[in-house]
Amino acid sequence: MAVTVTADDERAEGARPLADDVPGPRSWQRAFGDLRQGWRQRPLWGYLGWQDIKQRYRRSVLGPLWISISMAVIATAMGILYGALFQEQIETFLPYVAVGLLIWNFISGCILEGSEVFIANEGLIRFLPAPLSLHVYRLVWRQTLFFLHNLVVWVILMIIFPHPLGWTTLVALPAFAVLVANGGWIAILTGIIATRFRDIPPIIASVTQLVFFMTPIVWSYERLVSNPAVAERARLAELNPALHFVEIMRQPMLGDPIVLRHWYVVGVITIVGWAAALVCLRNYRARVAYWV
Amino acid sequence: MRGVSTENGNGAPRIDIVDAGVDFPIFDAKSRSLKKAVLGKAGGRIGTESKVPIIEALRSINVSLRKGDRVALVGHNGAGKSTLLRLMSGIYEPTRGRSFVHGKVAPVFDLAVGMDPEISGLDNILIRGLFLGMTKKQMEARIDDIAEFTELGDYLSMPLRTYSTGMRVRLALGVVTSIDPEILLLDEGIGAVDAEFLAKARDRLFELVERSGILVFASHSDEFLADLCETAIWMDHGTIREHGPLREVLHHYKGHDVLAEFESR
Ligand SMILES: Nc1ncnc2c1ncn2[C@@H]1O[C@H](COP(=O)(O)OP(=O)(O)O)[C@@H](O)[C@H]1O
Ligand SMILES: [Mg+2]
Repeated sequence: MAVTVTADDERAEGARPLADDVPGPRSWQRAFGDLRQGWRQRPLWGYLGWQDIKQRYRRSVLGPLWISISMAVIATAMGILYGALFQEQIETFLPYVAVGLLIWNFISGCILEGSEVFIANEGLIRFLPAPLSLHVYRLVWRQTLFFLHNLVVWVILMIIFPHPLGWTTLVALPAFAVLVANGGWIAILTGIIATRFRDIPPIIASVTQLVFFMTPIVWSYERLVSNPAVAERARLAELNPALHFVEIMRQPMLGDPIVLRHWYVVGVITIVGWAAALVCLRNYRARVAYWV
Repeated sequence: MRGVSTENGNGAPRIDIVDAGVDFPIFDAKSRSLKKAVLGKAGGRIGTESKVPIIEALRSINVSLRKGDRVALVGHNGAGKSTLLRLMSGIYEPTRGRSFVHGKVAPVFDLAVGMDPEISGLDNILIRGLFLGMTKKQMEARIDDIAEFTELGDYLSMPLRTYSTGMRVRLALGVVTSIDPEILLLDEGIGAVDAEFLAKARDRLFELVERSGILVFASHSDEFLADLCETAIWMDHGTIREHGPLREVLHHYKGHDVLAEFESR
């Protein structure tokens, strides 16, 4: 049976029992340690995130431009189509749709890829020791790079259709930081649950699709609310969390006045979301390697 | 690394595993489904339905390793060697008991993992190095050395998908043997490289072992083990059957004195 060879003289210093002084798998210390250690590996996920982007346009003729062009085409098509449908002015509605889509792409990217973040990295998780958060940082970083890339579309639109941009436009910076922070908890929470229950990603995908149509991206909330016939029903859209996330970012980007109500809602969601994600990380972090 | 060793670098590397066990849950389509789990409970059939069968891969493991330990891991297929190595690397945290690993761990389980076919050999070297705890600078300083060892030359700037299997293995071995781990965990796969290249890799492997503080090496090659290790752990059905000097453990495991036979040759 277990005959442990011990040259006791050599080992004396390290021989103290460890059962008490080592935090167990389900401890806050380990959970926060995971986040901290993943953060320390910035060079690794920073590099991997870049690689992910390069991958996407490696084989296309237009290279890096491709991402932004396809984005611009979709935005223009939708802007024109829905603009006609809702009888909107093209010079305000096209930038409105484009910016909304830009933000939505970031949000939905974090949600859709978030639920698969650990499943997709199965090989790495099972064969190389690394903090779980590494994969989450990489994902959010990649989505951030996509967003920054697509920002070209915004710049061009602001040149073609000038908007009253000013100091308040800078509010977009903290707004984006808040979006990024929310991408983090969403990926941790849905990622862990989806690793255990594999029917989650498709459910999340259909819900996200539904939320897209319920969020004022290709339609204008103001317009609906100002129509007395549907105003009552239109206000239900406020129950959709995505509306508030899109608004805090879109308002500064289009030079619209900032509405604090959206910030309050987003603030509460951020705190509650992170609390849930941290509890999940604490309790199931060590299980993910067994579940993937 | 993940969860197990929280700080690298300061203090001597050590592995302490106390009364640890590893259980693998065996999921099927039903237990993988949230819908089924929720409906199953709502229907009042909680008992056997929600129980996921379990494979007890490791049981009552007690190991304590310190700097300088070179341990061979022997045992039949399915005895738990790979699982024990993963427990030591921190990939798996024990389902029972405790494990504490301190030091920069370099596990070598599957040479292909972490390799991206679409990016160049050089990029792959860098990424693999970063995963193994090296910095970008350290890896850049080693690239010439790796290029020379792997004999890949201009191929290094080509995407990995253009490589033959043998070339990939060279690349992976080149990276692994160029790093400075404190705890080196080698699984059997590494022996499955073509003989000619292995002869060359052998010297590097020996140097690597010299550099690393702790070595645990699972292999069926007694010759390799005799060259690299001093003690041995004999795994049997998920438990440590024996842990002692290499010669004795191999003798008991094989039923004859293997090392003496090497010496008499
Ligand atoms: N991911 C896994 N899921 C379920 N069972 C596993 C898994 N990995 C290993 N096992 C089981 O654990 C036992 C030990 O496996 P392993 O450590 O790979 O043995 P060895 O490396 O000694 O051949 C085996 O019974 C194997 O079936
Ligand atoms: Mg094995």
